[in-house]
Order: sequence, then C-alpha cells, then structure tokens
Amino acid sequence: MKKTIFIAAVIVLGGLLCGMFEAIHPFGVPVSVDMDEYILTRAPVDRSAPNVVTSMVFDYRGFDTLGEAAVLFTALTSIASLFRDGGKKE
Amino acid sequence: MKPLSVIVTTVSDVFAWFMIVFGVYVILNGHSTPGGGFQGGAIVATFLSFMLVAHGGKRFLAWVNGGMYGLLEFVGLMAFFLFGCLGFPNSFFHNSIAVAQGARPLSEWLPYCGTISLMNAAVGFEVVGALSLVVLYMYSSIRMVDTGAGMGGERGHDRFDR
Repeated sequence: MKKTIFIAAVIVLGGLLCGMFEAIHPFGVPVSVDMDEYILTRAPVDRSAPNVVTSMVFDYRGFDTLGEAAVLFTALTSIASLFRDGGKKE
Repeated sequence: MKPLSVIVTTVSDVFAWFMIVFGVYVILNGHSTPGGGFQGGAIVATFLSFMLVAHGGKRFLAWVNGGMYGLLEFVGLMAFFLFGCLGFPNSFFHNSIAVAQGARPLSEWLPYCGTISLMNAAVGFEVVGALSLVVLYMYSSIRMVDTGAGMGGERGHDRFDR
C-alpha cells in the first residue's frame, strides 16, 4: 500500500516537473533586455568605460561593491577578534 | 611550520615578486581589462601565503608587519567611501568626474572613466590588506601539534635547520 502511494506520488510529481520544464523560457534568452541594452550602449559613451563589467560593479552598482567591501571588513574583524590572543592558552 | 627545501625557497624568492607585479597590474588595469580590485588584491595577498609556505613560520612572523596591512585596509576603505562621496551634489556613488565621449575633461590628470578606476584601486588596496591580515592572524594563532608527519617541512631533501 505504502509502495503504491509512493509510486503514484513519483509519477504525479514527475509529470508536474516535466510540465514545468516545458513552460520555462529557453535557456540563454533573457526575459527582459531593456536594462542590458541601456548599459551596453550608455556605459562606453557616458563613462568612457571600455570594460562594461567594471562600470557595472563600481559605478551603476556601487552600493553592491560597498557591501562587498563591508563583508570583507566584517570577515577580517571577526577573524581578528576570534584569534586575538595569538593562540595562547588562558 | 618548518621551511621547505632550498629549491622551493629559491624559486619562491624569484617568482613571488612577479606575482606582486602581476597583481598590481590586474588592479591598476581593472577598468579596461578583465580583472579588478578584488581579483588583483587576492593575487597580491597570495604573496604572504607563498612566503609562509616556503620560508616557514619563524621567518614569516619576523618579516611581516601587520600594522602596514592594517593601514592598507583602512586607507582602501576610506578612499572608497570618499570617492563615493565625490558625487554628492547628485547622489552617493554618482560618477560625476567621468568624461563622456567627446566632452572636455576637467583635468588631464583625472582618469577618463572617473571614479571607476579610482574605486578599483581603493578596493584593491583594501583586499590586499584584508586577505594578508587574514593569513597573518590565522597563522599566528594556530598551534602545531607534532604528529610525526614533519609539521609541514620536507623530508629527504637538502633541508637544513634554519
């Protein structure tokens, strides 16, 4: 009885999964390209930035990079506080 | 950690400096080539672990000045913040000194892409300081337990006690 329920559940859920894969939009085709086109065309012109990735990271999404720097600083602070006694016994 | 053999120390003495040069190159050219502050900083910070593995812990701790890396970290973070403040009439992180194509630059000394390359260098400094300090703190607080496996040194080579 248990096995029958299990197999039925697998078939139903597998069918739902296959149906979901059918409904996904194709791989490599983004849903919306408005922002991509804006940045790819405006970044080399407005900012004289040949490297669009760096202009994303440091200009259009500067707050993201500030957060990354803060994460690194927090990691360093926690390591310094964890290891501050230099490994000596109490 | 005991030092490795003469072969390893000699090779690391020669090539570690090229690694620093390559890392600084990646940082300073991050605005126009692949790479940037984070990647180049990680390359430069590899220098310390290179030295630690090749030369052993005693020499490593005698060489390294932790205050210098702390200063690098501080200067990098503050410079990043100040370059962000440069765009303040408009908004935080606004790239106000960037020169649009065809426009006249404010000064020939400022980079044309504005704060992008300046922030790149600042983040590079910060990552160098942070990752080197992580290596330094983590090494200086571990205690090696001799399990008979040589404690990181090499056996059967021309290793001598240093």
